[in-house]
Amino acid sequence: MRETVEAVYREHSRRILATLIRLLGDFDLAEEALHDAFAAAVEQWGTRGVPDNPRTWLVSTGRFKAIDALRRRARFDGALVELADRLGRATAAPVEEDADLEDDRLRLIFVCCHPALTLDAQIALTLREVCGLTTEAISRAFLVSAPTIAQRIVRAKAKIRDAAIPYEVPSREELPARLDGVLHVVYLMFNEGYWASSGDSLTRPDLSSEAIRLGRLLATLIDEPEAIGLLAMMLLHDARRAARSTATGELILLEDQDRTLWNHAQIAEGATLVERALARRRIGPYAIQAAIAAVHGEASSAADTDWAQIVGLYDVLLRLEPSPVGALNRAAAVAMRDGPAAGLALVDSLMDHGELDEYPLAYSARGELCRRLGRLEEAAQAYTRALVLTRQEPQRRFLERRLQQVSRSCADIHPSQT
Amino acid sequence: MKYLCLIYSDETAWRTLPKSDELAMMSEYRNFGESIKSSGHWLAGFRLQDTDTATTVRIRNGKVSTTDGPFAETKEQLGGFYLIEARDLNDAIQVAGRIPGARMGSIEVRPIWEPVPQPA
Repeated sequence: MRETVEAVYREHSRRILATLIRLLGDFDLAEEALHDAFAAAVEQWGTRGVPDNPRTWLVSTGRFKAIDALRRRARFDGALVELADRLGRATAAPVEEDADLEDDRLRLIFVCCHPALTLDAQIALTLREVCGLTTEAISRAFLVSAPTIAQRIVRAKAKIRDAAIPYEVPSREELPARLDGVLHVVYLMFNEGYWASSGDSLTRPDLSSEAIRLGRLLATLIDEPEAIGLLAMMLLHDARRAARSTATGELILLEDQDRTLWNHAQIAEGATLVERALARRRIGPYAIQAAIAAVHGEASSAADTDWAQIVGLYDVLLRLEPSPVGALNRAAAVAMRDGPAAGLALVDSLMDHGELDEYPLAYSARGELCRRLGRLEEAAQAYTRALVLTRQEPQRRFLERRLQQVSRSCADIHPSQT
Repeated sequence: MKYLCLIYSDETAWRTLPKSDELAMMSEYRNFGESIKSSGHWLAGFRLQDTDTATTVRIRNGKVSTTDGPFAETKEQLGGFYLIEARDLNDAIQVAGRIPGARMGSIEVRPIWEPVPQPA
């Protein structure tokens, strides 16, 4: 019986929590109710059998347990009397249709990603409440101490309650702007999972897969091209995961990856979604980034890649959403299309603007292009600068290998200098 | 829920505004005021005089001390406020976003403290 309950927990606990938050109007009360409902299931399902609809049973049970607990506490805290009575009156109503329950998950996402909360709090709260990650797991994923994460979550919940952030899916007029915010949170979550900003490993697969799960949910529940585009982009990038590092965690560049290790079924799924997103009237930055990833995904090698198309897609992306990192990626694609000298000229003019001064990948890109052009001393300088800036171990080791390589070649050319 | 919408902006920018722009802004404020009265959001709203006129009062060691100027020197100053009744924060944000001053400065939206009802 414990296994059955655990399976139901894994499958449904987040949806049940989302509904309980709506019914009880309070995050902490809902979490307690969720816990009590599952405890009751462990006790009762063994003797009375599993109910026909376990989810509805758990929601009703959780709601009753919460009201019971409030009534008990009301004896000591008069303020709870009114709350318990109000919730008690509402319990007469049966738990609604499935459609409403699905909406609860969206309501929860929109509350957790509310722009009145800081971005850090939005991410932590979403991982905790929507994805069900523990505070410890979130703290490991972001290399932030568990008490700090816990405090972020507590503060965010207090603001939701005290400032009365409503538990609702935004109206049609507000939806586009609010959806952008939600997609941004999912995007950041995925990015951190795909290319960890610091720490011992290149990727954090648990973060990427949570982001993909959220992306699937959003693309299913909200038929918006950018929701589909973001899901496609995440699937296409994540499909390359197995080829992006060696068994010992060493970084492998795209052009050196063993493409038979790519998840081709996932690439096909992503490519189909890209087409769906691009078929819409409004095309956004996520759909374009997904299209770029799809071109890579469908190429059998770096040489065989349609670089002209990739450069064209970056042009569209930069018109929609100018960004120095986007322009850097475009420069790398130009280097593949027109040769390293053309790419380097673009990288250098970008770096003159100063916005990439602290971005290790800009120096590492410059190092690569100089190395290919045989400008080894400049390459060594760029790799050295990248090494100072990087906070990620696999990238640091990669840069050290490159630096040794070019320094050795430098010595071959200028033996007197060693 | 009641929310206080505090309107912050650079008051020197206000002072240097051409007369025609100032008149246009004031007429925008009148229209906005009318609109939140008819939507039932309005409870109160006032424009303040410049921070030059501010006096800060404290009691220290049982004595009243007064100093010239605002409590804190900031880049943008409190120039006015609306007290509104809103369904929730989203509703309040919608109202705050329509305050004409939001384009020149910033609006801070603060929920009003609601005392917890005590048992009889």
